Amino acid sequence: MKILFPFFAVIALILLAFAGIKTANMQFLFGVVIPYAALGIFTLGVIYRVVKWGTSPVPFRIPTTCGQQKSLPWIKQNKIENPSGSLGVIIRMALEVLVFRSLFRNLKTELKEGKVVYGWEKWLWMAGLAFHWSFLIILVRHFRFFMQDVPSVIKIIESLDSFLQVGVPLLYLTDIILLLAVTYLFIRRVYLPQIKYISLAADYFPLFLILGIAVTGVLMRYFFKVHIVGVKVLAMGLVSFTPSIPEGIGALFYVHLFLICVLFAYFPFSKLMHLAGVFMSPTRNLANNSREVRHINPWNYPVHVHTYEEYENDFRDKMKAAGLPVEKE
Amino acid sequence: MYDSGKIIVGLLIFIALVTFPFYNNIGKVNAKPELKLDTPEIQKLPEQERKCVESKEFMRGGHMQLLDDWRDSVVRDGSRIYTSSAHKTFNMSLQNECMRCHSNKKDFCDKCHNYMAVKPYCWDCHIAPKENKS
Repeated sequence: MKILFPFFAVIALILLAFAGIKTANMQFLFGVVIPYAALGIFTLGVIYRVVKWGTSPVPFRIPTTCGQQKSLPWIKQNKIENPSGSLGVIIRMALEVLVFRSLFRNLKTELKEGKVVYGWEKWLWMAGLAFHWSFLIILVRHFRFFMQDVPSVIKIIESLDSFLQVGVPLLYLTDIILLLAVTYLFIRRVYLPQIKYISLAADYFPLFLILGIAVTGVLMRYFFKVHIVGVKVLAMGLVSFTPSIPEGIGALFYVHLFLICVLFAYFPFSKLMHLAGVFMSPTRNLANNSREVRHINPWNYPVHVHTYEEYENDFRDKMKAAGLPVEKE
Repeated sequence: MYDSGKIIVGLLIFIALVTFPFYNNIGKVNAKPELKLDTPEIQKLPEQERKCVESKEFMRGGHMQLLDDWRDSVVRDGSRIYTSSAHKTFNMSLQNECMRCHSNKKDFCDKCHNYMAVKPYCWDCHIAPKENKS
């Protein structure tokens, strides 16, 4: 159920777009209305989630560190794993965001002959890195559809991505890597019993959705051609707010676009929000300076303090009578 | 909101990235490519025979694969005769057959390729037709 429901949900989305184009001719709905709506939901949703996270106080420094804290001058500090200033935090965050530093530390825990042993486990890190970077490169590559004069940066990325010059249109390496990585990430969830046990429909749905997007994209580029110039005319119409629907683009393109729109609209409500969440993790983005700086709890209310002076004023006579020393006579 | 300075800067960067395609296109001419099919060689043909080797729809999406197949056939098998789906035969040659009619590379090939930012490597080896217009 946890696997089949998201799987058939993605199949239903594909059929919905296909039927909408093939039988009902709803090109305008799928090509203009839904993309604008999806982008709106995505942008506003991400802002809403981030602002909502921002309203949670972080009263204490809670970085998860794994190196020597800043201490006495002759003890060497690990400035990246246990940063005490902004520069260290920036480097630590950059490593986390760009190369998934904390996932790199992932270990495999196993019982061997009655003992707990920790082993090498980098496959998830590798597949995750391959997946995210391929996705980013593919996203950047798609900007050739949104810009009249495509900048040379995008052309260079594209030519590097297709440098093997296999077939025509040239095979993109990132297409292959993305498909392999997503397939691995899916197989990992169903093959490892522990991972399967904790996997929910919300884990499988984005995987199937991204797989659907990648497969429709690959089919469009290499197998069942769509009217690619028409696709760019449509995309340019959208970004210049003069939407038009060119004739004869092909239903496959609308399926691809619709799945992307679903991904964008689903984004703010899902685990995919780790895109923003990684920057907002208090276990990563805080400097470990608890011993240097006093962090005052923001929800502390003013407490009435009864000072010794006031105490002495209250009981001076009784204290004198009992022979206790007082500060003021 | 706590740490609002940093969060707002982050959100502004996010909005700038998401809306980039929109503000990037403000004030730019958004012209779709118009292909010219009025070369002298095409004009010479009678109206009914002004057809490419295959249908327009096939050529639009599949011309690159057709040319790739032609290259393999010519270079690897030495076979230069192409029989189209309409049972007509053509000489498999980019320079001598395709470019005979479409002698206007700049107004034909380059129009869509530049629009889509595609750089085919045909002309790494082949000689592009000479055109008067620069």
